[in-house]
Amino acid sequence: MTDQAYNFAYLDEQTKRMIRRAILKGIAVPGYQVPFASREMPMPYGWGTGGVQVTAACLVPEDWLKVIDQGADDTTNAVSIRRFFQRTAGVAVTEATAEATIIQTRHRIPETPLTEGQILVYQVPIPEPLRFLEPRETETRKMHELEEYGLMHVKLYEDIARHGQIATSYAYPVKVEGRYVMDPSPIPKFDNPKLSDNPAIQLFGAGREQRIYALPPWTEAVSLDFDDHPFETSKAPHNCDLCGAKDSYLDEVITDDQGGRMFVCSDTDFCGGRRAAGHAGRLGGDQKSSKTFANSFEGIWPGAEVAR
Amino acid sequence: MITAPADALEGGFSEAPLQSARAFREILEAMARPGTIRRVQGARPPEPLSVAAGVALLVLTDPTTRLHLAGAADCPAVRDWVAFHIGAPLTAAEDADFAVGTWDALQPVTRFRIGQPDYPDRSATLIVEVDRLVNHGPALTGPGIETATWLILPETAAFRANRALFPLGFDTIFTAGDRIAGLPRSTRVEAI
Repeated sequence: MTDQAYNFAYLDEQTKRMIRRAILKGIAVPGYQVPFASREMPMPYGWGTGGVQVTAACLVPEDWLKVIDQGADDTTNAVSIRRFFQRTAGVAVTEATAEATIIQTRHRIPETPLTEGQILVYQVPIPEPLRFLEPRETETRKMHELEEYGLMHVKLYEDIARHGQIATSYAYPVKVEGRYVMDPSPIPKFDNPKLSDNPAIQLFGAGREQRIYALPPWTEAVSLDFDDHPFETSKAPHNCDLCGAKDSYLDEVITDDQGGRMFVCSDTDFCGGRRAAGHAGRLGGDQKSSKTFANSFEGIWPGAEVAR
Repeated sequence: MITAPADALEGGFSEAPLQSARAFREILEAMARPGTIRRVQGARPPEPLSVAAGVALLVLTDPTTRLHLAGAADCPAVRDWVAFHIGAPLTAAEDADFAVGTWDALQPVTRFRIGQPDYPDRSATLIVEVDRLVNHGPALTGPGIETATWLILPETAAFRANRALFPLGFDTIFTAGDRIAGLPRSTRVEAI
């Protein structure tokens, strides 16, 4: 039910126009961070205020909205943002990647390939890829202007000198259409190849840092590397213990204090879909709902309440 | 007492939040996928503005954006309509954030803002009224286009010169009737 006390999708029309103009400029200059007048949102900075504002500016009543937090539909951040838009925009929500028209994400790209007509909205904490190398905004702006990205290569080189390989494993910088170096938000570098030539529109919103940037569909985003140290994706060398997937990004879950652990798909919709289709991993023989599964870590098994 | 002509009060969105949201999605798709032609609705601007140009103005411009009305679009009816529904300050082409008019009326397009090297977003968006929009004409390639697409353009030289300025340059929205297409500065236009 839409909360009638708010304008459609919470933000006032003037704010949405300002955000929409910034999105269009971001689309026109892929990878360039467009400043925008980020608003106070009814959630703290760091909880996806940038992504929420971008989503609010793009939503139409006919949308199917999916919100994920590190791949999961049922974590706090995802649940609260999904409820926020159910309440203020009255949009339909879904957990199925293929069914969604707008997907707001924190730190993952869904495993299921995106399609034309979908919009992926990223929540971005620090949009400036050079920020940890050069704290001054005036300097990083000049570096983007002059296409002076040597410092980033020095950083990757120092990784190799120190660790023998590029140790950056998330928020791995990409160069967009041969021009701007862009922070893809803290997605694992496993997801980096999906940034490039994606049929969906990818929008990035950083609320606290007041920046919006974009990757139009079919846009080239090359992960930075060296000829003798080419970019490589990485994931835990296991299969999903629930659905048995060999090629999905995995979370490691500690299951007891005896060194027990399991690896599960970080993308809950992908994992659930595979299990519904009959795939099973090491521990996934019996179908468990995500709630039962979560409860299992608390020692609460179905029927356990009765037994106590 | 000054009274605005009655018809200047008409022709805006009747349900602004929903209509502008739907229209923006069409404009976003048009700009993100250069060459695709989309339909928009909801505005009834005075002659000579098309429905699509009226929608684009209602969705994107407001009192914080400077608007240039070019050629025949710079008439009392349009000025009154913009004043009532949008409130955008009217300005010379050189200062404009948005400009609307036919391609001929917008000439020379080199006078529009192309942004600054450190802030390429501070550039003009041209809303160009054309007679028709069809996917036939010079080939377009670049971001948003999988392989190549085709779009009728008033000319190619100006857009090729604009692309050469990348990441600077103006962005273009073409409008014809209720149809709309985008040509951001990032698009490479085939020489014909």
